Amino acid sequence: MRFWVPADAAAKACGADAVAAAIAAEAARRGIPVEIIRNGTRGMVWLEPLVEIEAPEGRLGFGPMTVADVPSLFAAPAKHPKALGPTEEIPFFKRQTRLTFARCGRTDPLSLSDYEAGGGLAGLRVALAKKPEEIVDDVVTSGLRGRGGAGFPTGIKWRTVQLARAPKKYIVCNADEGDSGSFADRMLMEGDPFCLIEGMAIAALATGATQGFVYIRSEYPDAIAVMRRAVEIATAAGVIGDAMLGSGHAFHIEIREGAGAYVCGEETSLLNSLEGKRGVVRAKPPLPALQGFMAAPTVVNNVLSLAAVPWIMAEGPEAYSAIGIGRSRGTIPLQIAGNVKFGGLFETGFGITLGEIVNDIAGGTASGRPVKAVQVGGPLGAYHPVSDFELAFCYECFAEQKGLVGHAGLVVHDDSADMMALARFAMEFCAVESCGKCTPCRIGAVRGVETLDRIAAGDGAALALLDDLCELMKTGSLCALGGFTPYPVQSALRHFPEEFTPVREAAE
Amino acid sequence: MTDTARLSEIVASHAEREGALLPILHDVQAEFGFIPEAALDPIATALRLSRAEVAGVIGFYHDFRRQPAGRHVLKLCRAEACQAMGGVALQALLEHALGQKIGETKDGITFEAVYCLGLCACAPAAQVDGRLVGRLDAAAVDALAEEMRA
Ligand SMILES: Cc1cc2nc3c(=O)[nH]c(=O)nc-3n(C[C@H](O)[C@H](O)[C@H](O)COP(=O)(O)O)c2cc1C
Ligand code: FES
Repeated sequence: MRFWVPADAAAKACGADAVAAAIAAEAARRGIPVEIIRNGTRGMVWLEPLVEIEAPEGRLGFGPMTVADVPSLFAAPAKHPKALGPTEEIPFFKRQTRLTFARCGRTDPLSLSDYEAGGGLAGLRVALAKKPEEIVDDVVTSGLRGRGGAGFPTGIKWRTVQLARAPKKYIVCNADEGDSGSFADRMLMEGDPFCLIEGMAIAALATGATQGFVYIRSEYPDAIAVMRRAVEIATAAGVIGDAMLGSGHAFHIEIREGAGAYVCGEETSLLNSLEGKRGVVRAKPPLPALQGFMAAPTVVNNVLSLAAVPWIMAEGPEAYSAIGIGRSRGTIPLQIAGNVKFGGLFETGFGITLGEIVNDIAGGTASGRPVKAVQVGGPLGAYHPVSDFELAFCYECFAEQKGLVGHAGLVVHDDSADMMALARFAMEFCAVESCGKCTPCRIGAVRGVETLDRIAAGDGAALALLDDLCELMKTGSLCALGGFTPYPVQSALRHFPEEFTPVREAAE
Repeated sequence: MTDTARLSEIVASHAEREGALLPILHDVQAEFGFIPEAALDPIATALRLSRAEVAGVIGFYHDFRRQPAGRHVLKLCRAEACQAMGGVALQALLEHALGQKIGETKDGITFEAVYCLGLCACAPAAQVDGRLVGRLDAAAVDALAEEMRA
């Protein structure tokens, strides 16, 4: 029998290791030979640990599994109380357009032959037959925009690096993924690490870079271990290294670990950190594309931006740009989190509405209570009330509503959420994580916490002060940490003003 | 091997890297549990930095410790997705069960905050001596506290 038990960190946090051990023990007890493959996650986190058995009709899913559920898997799988039927027929899975996550959960993450059998390396082979400027043109044509938050066109960034003249250039993958509600980078690195390596290799061919780094946050020990091993395997197999797939191109990758600093996800702070310095933000210009790591031309891209490229090269940029709406082309791996019934990763074309995501796909709240607000785009993203549910998922649509797509994490709160406490938390988080370089962020966030405390204590005059402070932070901060912290605060104020009414006044 | 010899070995193993300081600090902390005072000068010398620069880097990052942590380390996620699933109440329960506030080290237990572990779809989440745990609830608090006191 062949079993699949995810080794994804979320599956493990829900007991996958114990379930895998129980399967091995039960098989031994019954004298049945088994193969247990530790795959990535299918992204249906509410079903984790999601065990699959290979059957003639396809892979059958069972979940969420516990150790106690294991023995009956061997007896009558079809009648198992946790039986889900064919995994890929589960509506949450079936409704997706999985391009970047095509293999994640399907394959053994560290098997290069699985990777190739699933379409891996096709994009790199296409790229090897093209001129650098043709690769760049393809990425521009695809319409791919940076998935790390700012949404800058990836091809344009690559062109800047390609045209720069320098003895050495770098590809830096931003895997700092600090946003609450986000985990797509982690899932991809743990579930299909070669896809990221292939994307970086294509970026290297396009720009003439010879060295790559993946900067992974230290909160992701599993992703770090899988990526380290994957780089070793890919290098030993000649996919990367001194001669990429036997070509004349050298490209090496090193995995680097962050050290617990949210701001190090900001690209210039990340570069300082990679150089071994304090992770303070650098003023721009110069752009990292021209003076990045060690002052050399550097591509800094999010995991998902890079991991989208192999598909684009293999299937053609037009196939990618055919999906989506407006200037948001292709697919976006949504991360649905917080108080939801069905949480996890859902990759789909841009254009789906916020309401569809929260009500249809996520099935509403886990608590069964009404939805109150959805924070989209991480701790710097706005809180959206239910009246925003018609909003289509696209960069411009969210910007128009004073929000942001960011890294596409969605955190759903039910009606028990305390919006003033959440606004205070946004300021508190900014104060804890500020790099300290600019005053509006460093001091502003501390004042923000104090001002919200005054409002909570009944000082109505402090409301205007809070608004002034937010405007100052927005215009005066060096980076989006201070510049966007006002988004959650002001959106909470705008949509839920009654929660900021001074209690003392209200009582009088 | 003496501590000094082990330290030199760690420093030497990374010295050729571009931007070697963070990899060195991570390995030193993995080896000794914290960054000992005596490690600063050798690292600074090897990387041609001042002692103050090394200290500045150590101080900037939440991960690096200048003092040893407790025998157990419990990191509880305080970020938004975990809050949406009862994280604030959970923190209060844990503080009560452990008899210490988040951010404190007491009786060999370090209880600290972390901001997102990427487990936001199975929140609330924590890291217990390196092991990740999700779907925490009130029922899990006693077991966690007991594990910490062991
Ligand atoms: C405070 C702050 C944190 C950020 N965190 C991340 C992060 O964790 N991952 C990421 O890819 N981009 C992050 N960014 C955005 C990066 O600065 C940068 O735009 C991105 O890495 C560029 O890659 P992309 O074009 O592929 O998105 C952050 C920005 C700010 C201001
Ligand atoms: S917010 Fe707690 S794990 Fe992400």
